[in-house]
Parts: sequence; structure tokens; C-alpha cells
Amino acid sequence: MLLIAPSIVFMTLLFGWPMVSGILQAFGGPEGLTTANFTRMAQDPYFWSSVGNTLLLIVVMIPIQFVLALAMALLIRAKPRGSSVYFYIWAIPLAVSDLAAGLVWLTVFTDRGYLNSVLASVGLEPVSWLAYDNYASMFMAVLIAEVWRATSLVFVIVVAGLQSIPKDYEEAAGVFGAGFWDRLWHVTLPLLRPSLQTALILRTILAFQTFAVALALTGQNFPLVVGETYRWYTGLQDANVASALALVVMAVSMVTAVGYLKLLKDQSEAPR
Amino acid sequence: MADISIKGLKKTYPGSTELATNNVSLDVAEGEFMVLLGPSGCGKTTLLRMVAGLDFPDEGSISIGGRDVTYLPPQDRNLSMVFQSYAVFPHRKVRTNIGFGLVMKKVPRDELEKKVAWAADLLQLTPYLDRYPAQLSGGQRQRVAVARAIVMDADVLLMDEPLSNLDALLRLDFRAELKKIVQQLGSTTLYVTHDQVEAMSLSDRVAVMKKGQIAQLGHPITVYEEPADRFVGGFIGSPPMNFLEGRVTQQGALEVAGQSTEAPEFLARSAARSGGLPVMVGIRAENIYLEDRGTPGTLDATVEVVEPLGHATLLTMDLGGQTIKVQVASTVRVSSGEKVGLRFDQAAIRFFDTETQLGLTA
Repeated sequence: MLLIAPSIVFMTLLFGWPMVSGILQAFGGPEGLTTANFTRMAQDPYFWSSVGNTLLLIVVMIPIQFVLALAMALLIRAKPRGSSVYFYIWAIPLAVSDLAAGLVWLTVFTDRGYLNSVLASVGLEPVSWLAYDNYASMFMAVLIAEVWRATSLVFVIVVAGLQSIPKDYEEAAGVFGAGFWDRLWHVTLPLLRPSLQTALILRTILAFQTFAVALALTGQNFPLVVGETYRWYTGLQDANVASALALVVMAVSMVTAVGYLKLLKDQSEAPR
Repeated sequence: MADISIKGLKKTYPGSTELATNNVSLDVAEGEFMVLLGPSGCGKTTLLRMVAGLDFPDEGSISIGGRDVTYLPPQDRNLSMVFQSYAVFPHRKVRTNIGFGLVMKKVPRDELEKKVAWAADLLQLTPYLDRYPAQLSGGQRQRVAVARAIVMDADVLLMDEPLSNLDALLRLDFRAELKKIVQQLGSTTLYVTHDQVEAMSLSDRVAVMKKGQIAQLGHPITVYEEPADRFVGGFIGSPPMNFLEGRVTQQGALEVAGQSTEAPEFLARSAARSGGLPVMVGIRAENIYLEDRGTPGTLDATVEVVEPLGHATLLTMDLGGQTIKVQVASTVRVSSGEKVGLRFDQAAIRFFDTETQLGLTA
């Protein structure tokens, strides 16, 4: 008891207390506990579009990121010339802050940005990529920026996972007649499952929190849930509704994580 | 089933200047059990991996059943293999592990099930078919690896030290079982090991390798009794062959440790021509007999260490300054310090050139 006391104190101070006060704030009002904050949150015109945008972004982005990360990791493992250089280059976005990444892509997609300059130089009409009425291109811009920024996290986890798989398994699969895709599907991916699980949970939770990139690129035009939290807190000065939103994000993240763990449960680790 | 023909294989691993295999040529007949034997780093595993297609040679060719497979990927060679680490897929049950190769070959389901059942029965795995490898012992996992290899009906069966991770007792059991199974299948087998007892007991022919080359290729008993060079004699057998410095005089006498006996005809002749010939005398411990000191035709020696092994007693002796191991029946009572006479079985003595280390024969 004495030995774990420091960690209990730490957890209580830095984790338990803020969470409890956050929950209290979410349910708090002038006349004691209430669900009015959640009602206000749900009635806000931006709320449901922000939920829709967030979900759409997650559903489209995560598969793209996993395919890309896996392909990159397999390329690295094939050890072409200069593979270690590629590893570091591909890991660089990890170190870039999301707001900075958003601003970088803003210089590409903005009306007088690099993309339009290129289009103009080849004689094409420039496009208002980030305009309010151009939802598809706005979504694509946010998607590309987020894929660029956050795939490296999945990539690093997958590379680490691949390194922990003994080469024997793939060699055995090859000897027993499996070609590249069979080896990938029947051997590499199942053995990579723990890493993929970790990456999936991390990436999904972080994707729920996507915010700065969309804010930098589109301002309020492409609302996301955490962006709304920020708007309620700073713009509308309502900490209670902001807490309610934050609570929703946390609940969804937890449900997702547990869902992934259940869904991807490894049968072979079953008790003997 | 098919024969394997290996011609002039050379391979250097990246970052190394030494040849892992240096111009190795080897023919394995259809249905033959060939063992590649050698110390670690001799190139035997490299050779096996090139036959498997897991590594590619720099030069030379490999053909299986008359088909050139030198640069084909492993999945196009129609072989099966037992790995040293077993490489039994941890995420698949025993059943689907054994059936893996058949699924890849798109064998019909009922035939697949029949074969898996047959292999499981042969290797006593039937009760474990629905377990995961993590729930099996090392020996059982080893059986899964063998079962997975034998269901394939492959042209060639490759084994890379399949018994080295088993404990001594299990290894002894499984060695005999493996021999029985392979004989039953009659498949062409290439088996890599550093254990000379395994090589002797399993093989039809054994290729002893040293520094990327085959030092001797032959029937195991031939290799044991007539090692082609000093390395082979010293590597095969426990204890290894004794090597004594000696000399054949111009008069035709063999001098060892300051004592002389008669030299064989062919050595006496060449010694007479060259005026004396230094030789390395090789004799196995079990071909030396203990006699009373002074008996005619024996060499004087002193017992230094007595090691009872149960089935025999191993003696370490001093023979005029050279150390020699002698194996005698366990009923023989000697103690260290005893002065005895040694009689060599003349038919079992081998002679080696002192410079080339190669065996000298008539």
C-alpha cells in the first residue's frame, strides 16, 4: 500500500480529480445537476454536422492510413538501398505539430496557394479548394493533410511490430507454397495483429480529436467535434457545454477502444 | 520425388569476404537420405537455404528432378521443409498448421482432411489438432513441423537441424521415429546437422562440410572408418580419432613416440624411396587394446585419467609425450598411473599426410 501510494496520489491529482470535476461541470448548472448542457450541445446547428464530419473523416482516413503505413513498412523491411533514410523521412511528420501541419497544407490549398499556382501555370482555372460551398474538395484537403500528418504514427508502430516477427514464419510460408499475398494475408498480418490493434486504437482515438488541421485549413467551415469543444469554451464562453462535448468524445473513444479489443481478440493466446 | 543436382555453388553473404559455400557440387539420388554434417559456420545451412530458395547463390546451379530451380522463389520449387526453430505458425491451430501447404496448393477439402488426419495419426498429434502451438510442448511442436512437411508429397524434403532444440532423451526417441517415417515416405531428403551421431544414424550418405566445401562424401560407416582427412576423423566419432605424430623409416618401420612397429607395405615402399616419411597416425579409441607392459608388438603408455561411461571406460593416456584416448570394456580395471602396453588394431590404423592433412592410402 505504501509502495503504490505515490502512484495513487499522482493518479488522483492528475487524472481522477480533473475527470471528476469535468464530469461535474458537464452536468452542472445554476440549479444543481442537470442534463441541460447536453440538450444545448445537441441543439446547436454545428453539432450534428461536426459529428458527421468526424465520423466520415475516421471511416475514410483510417483504412487509407493503415494501407499506406503497411506498404511503407513492408518496403522498409525489404531493405532497399537507403531504407534507413526513408524510415527517418517517413517518420518526420510525427515531430510536426498538427497546427503547423495544417498551416503548411493551407499554403498548398489556399486560393493563391501552390496547388492553384501549378494549375495556373499549366493553363487551368484555379479552384477555391477550401470554400464553404465546395464540401468535397474541403474534405479532401483535410483528409490529405491528416493522412500526411498522422500516418507516420501507424507506420512507426507497424515497423516495430514487423521487426519483432521472426523471419522463419514467412520463409516457412514461402517454402510451403505461399506467394507474396498469401504470406501477407495468412502469416504477416495475423502475426502483426497486436501492433495493428495498438495502432488502430491509438489512431482512432486521436482521429476523434482531430482539430487543429481542420481549423487551420477551413476555419469553421468543416466543423469537427473537438473543434466544437474549443468553440464552446473560447468563442461561446460556456465551459459546461464544452465539458459535455469533451465527455462525449471520451465516451466514444472508450467504447471504440473496448470494441477493437473485443473484435481483434487473439484466440491463440487463450488459456491452456 | 526427384533427385537434386547441385553444381559449383558459390555464395558470399553481403558484408563478408569469406565464401559461405565454395564451389560445392553434390548429387542426391531420388529417395536418398543425404545428411550435410559440419561444425557451425561450415556452410551447410547456407547450402540448404539455397536448395530451398531462401537464399540465392552467386554462381552455380541447382536442379531438382532435372528442372533448373537456381533462382526460383521457394514457393515454385515444390519442396517442404522442417525448420530448426520449427516455425509453426502461432496464430493457427495444429490442424491448419499441418494443412497450410495443402491449402496453398489448393488441394480439395476432403483430400486435405484425409491427409492431415493421416499425418496427425503418424506423429501422434490427433488429440492436439484443435490446440494452438502455445499450448503444446516443444516436442509436440516439433511433431507439428514434421507433420506439416510430410503431408506435402513434395519432390524434396529439407530438414534444418530439426532435432537440435529437443532435450537429449526426446531427441533419441524422435530420431528413430523420423528415420522410420522418412523410410516409409521414401522421399529425397536433405538433412542438416552438426551432430555426428544423428548423421551416422540417419543417413544413406553423409557429406561432411568444412569451410564452405565438402570434405568427404560417402556412406556413414565409410566416412567413420576411412576419413578422407584429419578434419573428418577429428569431427566424427566420440571421442574423436586419435592423431599421433609418427615417422616411417627408410627401413620400413613405423616410429611412434620413440617406439617402433611395422609399417604397412605401401608406406614402407614410398619411405624407402624418399628416405623416411613423416606421417600422422590416426586410430580410433575403440581400436586400441590394453595389454601388459612389455608384450611384443605393443607400445608403452601410462594411464592418466580413467572415465567410466557405463557401457565402456574411456582412458586418457600418455604415449611418449602424446595424449591418446583409449576405450576399453567397462569390466577392465585400471587406475591412473598404471603402466600398460597398447596394441593397435593394424587394420584400423589410418595414415595422414603431415602437411596436407589428407589421408594416405595404398
